[in-house]
Amino acid sequence: MSHSSPQSNVYALVAEYPTPEALLTAAEKVRDAGYKRVDALTPFPVHGIVEALGLPKSRMAALVFCAALFGAIGGFYLQVWLTTQQYPLTISGRPYFSWPNYIPVTFECMVLAAGLTAFFGMLIRNRLPRPYHPLFATRGIEASTTGKFMIVVESTDPKFDEKGTESFLRSTGAESVNAAPFDDFGRDQAADGAAK
Amino acid sequence: MMGICFLIVGLLFTTITKLVTTGIGIWGNNQPVAWAFDIVNFVWWIGIGHAGTLISAILFLFRQEWRTSINRFAEAMTIFAVMCAGLYPLLHLGRPWLFYWLFPYPNVMQTWPQFRSPLMWDVFAVSTYFTISVLFWYTGLLPDLASLRDRAKSRIAQVITGVAALGWRGSARHWQRYDIIYLLLAGLSTPLVLSVHSIVSLDFAVAQLPGWHTTIFPPYFVAGAVYSGFAMVLTFMIPVRAFFGFKDFVTQRHLDAMSKVMLATGLIVLYGYAMEAFVGLVYSGNPNEYFQMHNRMFGPYGWSYWMLITCNGIIPQLLWLKRVRLNPVLLWFITIVINIGMWLERFVIIVISLHRDFVPSSWGMYFPTKWDFGMFIGTMGFFGFMMCLFIRFIPMFAGFELRELLHKKKSHSH
Repeated sequence: MSHSSPQSNVYALVAEYPTPEALLTAAEKVRDAGYKRVDALTPFPVHGIVEALGLPKSRMAALVFCAALFGAIGGFYLQVWLTTQQYPLTISGRPYFSWPNYIPVTFECMVLAAGLTAFFGMLIRNRLPRPYHPLFATRGIEASTTGKFMIVVESTDPKFDEKGTESFLRSTGAESVNAAPFDDFGRDQAADGAAK
Repeated sequence: MMGICFLIVGLLFTTITKLVTTGIGIWGNNQPVAWAFDIVNFVWWIGIGHAGTLISAILFLFRQEWRTSINRFAEAMTIFAVMCAGLYPLLHLGRPWLFYWLFPYPNVMQTWPQFRSPLMWDVFAVSTYFTISVLFWYTGLLPDLASLRDRAKSRIAQVITGVAALGWRGSARHWQRYDIIYLLLAGLSTPLVLSVHSIVSLDFAVAQLPGWHTTIFPPYFVAGAVYSGFAMVLTFMIPVRAFFGFKDFVTQRHLDAMSKVMLATGLIVLYGYAMEAFVGLVYSGNPNEYFQMHNRMFGPYGWSYWMLITCNGIIPQLLWLKRVRLNPVLLWFITIVINIGMWLERFVIIVISLHRDFVPSSWGMYFPTKWDFGMFIGTMGFFGFMMCLFIRFIPMFAGFELRELLHKKKSHSH
């Protein structure tokens, strides 16, 4: 796992802002300056940050829709196959293919498939669970889940330059800028799951 | 409190041990009343669970921001209530260790479940409901666990919360997907919760028995579930609020809003009782229906019907008064009354309908045994015990949502 800039021992620079508004303004500046490998860390979802940073739109909704469809068709087909082909029984004189009776289980299968896909799909697409991440070694990073708003610029960004980027981030109104140090473990991890 | 609950959990385990080693003959149910406390309690607990989903999912979709300070608590209640509920049908199977026969899987016996039975629908409904409730709850917890991890002082706390938070770091990409799936889970839970109690009601409505065989059941059961669920949330919330001083999080407004939901669903339930009486005594013209309703009111279990009307129909009308809604002590007593009333409702529907059906030669009486009560009180202790553990160890309020709300409020006032 070789890394493109072995002279730098920095995974990313993390700039800290006091409010979501400051974060959004700064994020637009970062995007307009041409940084691509960026992210934000916030204690709660900040509306508009995805657009402000120019991140790609998520396709979770489509994924869950497909899962729901799969669950519904699968659940319905399971019952049709069992009651007409595999194990046909006459129950209260109903026809073998008594589809109104299959609706409740079809519905439950749809919800179950969609729900499981939503939860585990979110985790997998977010590359979680991941107990270690290079960012966790940054000074003051704990505040990102409790009250501070942060922008991350990764060192793999083509425009990244430790000194220049740091002063640029300060000019966007950051309260402080800290470097996330890179150990070998973190380097491998980052190369593995680039920018996820 | 926790100690008392723990003792009662002991009672539950004793009962289950006795039940599994002896058989379900230790319960009082037998022909003709083959369903009694077990199904009464099952429906009661499932109904209680529904308030959690309603508060967290439906109020989320309606953007009712006051839900934020009670949703975590109510969701936890859902999960524990569904656990209690699930125990009953499971143990009523007689050989609970063969419960997996209920699921469709290829087996050497070459048999498959019978999908035209509402009992089979129940298996799917309740297991899906439990799974989705747990996922929804954990999704909501994830950012708060990360926040706990970052504030944890001791090594043990750091490791435990670190593992539980799954490495959540509040990245913008993560939040984007998180927001979408939280909305989707809420959207899925909403019809799910309605379907679960509708399917539970079909366990009865699909049968031919007078008193069960009515089309009014699904909506009437769902309203009853919400009614008892909100009552149970308040039964727990009011003492917790007073004891821990959470009056800034759970305000008078919450009590007021929840009382109004109880009042509204209570009126729907009351309408259900009125319709049952009207159809049975007047409209159907069917002698069996007529007899069933008459027997419900004036038969040997008539006392339970009139207690039900008092508990669910008359006393909660006090909630029309704002003074009552804002008085936590009085409100707490009303929620207890509603909990009792909703339990009686299921008792009336199940036991009274079963004990005298079409042919007098198959009539009988039902008397619960001490093991019936052991099981019932035991699950209440289990529920209380789990709630105590929850309050002690898991963030009771949705921290990140409260922060977001606080921020919104601040920027609006600028």
